[in-house]
Amino acid sequence: MTTPLWRTVFSIIRKDLRAELRSRELVSTMVLFALLSVLVFSFALELDRTARQEVVNGILWVTLVFASILGLNRSLATERELGGMDAMMISPIPRMAIYLGKMVGNFLFVLVVGLVLLPIMTILYNMVLIQIPLIATLILGVFGLASIGTLLAAMTAQTRSRETLLPIAMLPVIIPLLLVVIAAASTVLKGDDAWNWIAVLGLVDAIYAALGLLLFEYVIED
Amino acid sequence: MTEQPRPLIEITDLVKQYDVLPVLRKLNLTVHRGEFVALLGPNGSGKSTLLRLLCALTRPTSGEIRIGGWSLPKEINAVRAQIGLVSHKPLFYENLTATENLTFFGRLYNIPATELPDRIRQMLDEVGLIKRAHDLARTFSRGMQQRLSIARALLHQPDVLLFDEPYTGLDQLAGGILDDLLRKAHQSGRTIIMTTHQLERAEALVSRAVIIKKGVIGYDEPINPANPPNLVKIYTEVTGMVNAL
Repeated sequence: MTTPLWRTVFSIIRKDLRAELRSRELVSTMVLFALLSVLVFSFALELDRTARQEVVNGILWVTLVFASILGLNRSLATERELGGMDAMMISPIPRMAIYLGKMVGNFLFVLVVGLVLLPIMTILYNMVLIQIPLIATLILGVFGLASIGTLLAAMTAQTRSRETLLPIAMLPVIIPLLLVVIAAASTVLKGDDAWNWIAVLGLVDAIYAALGLLLFEYVIED
Repeated sequence: MTEQPRPLIEITDLVKQYDVLPVLRKLNLTVHRGEFVALLGPNGSGKSTLLRLLCALTRPTSGEIRIGGWSLPKEINAVRAQIGLVSHKPLFYENLTATENLTFFGRLYNIPATELPDRIRQMLDEVGLIKRAHDLARTFSRGMQQRLSIARALLHQPDVLLFDEPYTGLDQLAGGILDDLLRKAHQSGRTIIMTTHQLERAEALVSRAVIIKKGVIGYDEPINPANPPNLVKIYTEVTGMVNAL
């Protein structure tokens, strides 16, 4: 009687993409926030080439983390406010499917922000950021943010102070991800081989995704 | 002697506690197929909690719920497939059209793709929204939103319909349309449980009134349409809420 997992996951992704393409509520807010942040950083920090190389990854990832928190908050809060989450919860679908559907949607939205930031930061900081290992780091880093972020946002969306609670819950949890992402990206910018770091990043992603798949059911039910 | 059919919904010694606060205290209730039950009671009496338990949105602290012979929470998805919920929240997506919303929920209920478009057209026709099928749900009035909610709840042809304060925010006209839709759903043989504070409406629509007081059943009697009881008087006596009415 349970609706097949993948049919449900694709339906949720399609629903989120369609609603977002129509309203542009999430991505436009995140992109605007991210652009303003990197502009502020570029004006605030008077940097020479070496210093730029050292801080550019930090700027990119701090911006992406805060932009993703904005988007994740909104994505899950909308489901709660109008009861979409309840409507999904009373249907005969695996809870895992709700997690996967929302997570993939959030991943795609944050990835768009990252892909917009890369060329802009390339111009602003006069550094070549469009490189295959850096794009792989971006994809895996954003995947990690979306996997753990969707779980935590589902938890905090049920509370009144969700806007403040999500960053407080999420920032400590993503420290391992940030350490690996920064190590991988810095290695790329130094011109060294970063694929070992990227493999470690994949492992961190797998742990976050496993946590999400295992815990989501308990987080969304009373 | 004919054997009494087994009730569609059987609730036995149901307890729901939030932290240390008991909401339902060993509540027992059976509902037979085709009944239309009004669940009445003051705010905080446990009506909405009972509906949330019936549609498996929350788990009981103890006790048993069986719907159509399936037990909660063991056979949770079998129960979910038999239930449709209409709440005071829309339970759909404002940035999707009426058809897109129903297509999404139809897929979640595993309605075959070949059957789904016809089923959606039929539902939208039944609730009077066929002309607005391709309009965004956010452009709908509150009454239209509630009708779309009913279409969503009926789409997978559930045996049991649960209505949680469905009249909230509706004007007289929209309330009248909802009355007609509820009557139609009842006449089609569905079992309906509705929480409401609108006692006169309940008196005119339902086949049985249940009043919950402090987490237990305080009154449970069938309603004879030829000689309906004075629900307002009974409610006042059972709940002791003279001034509230």
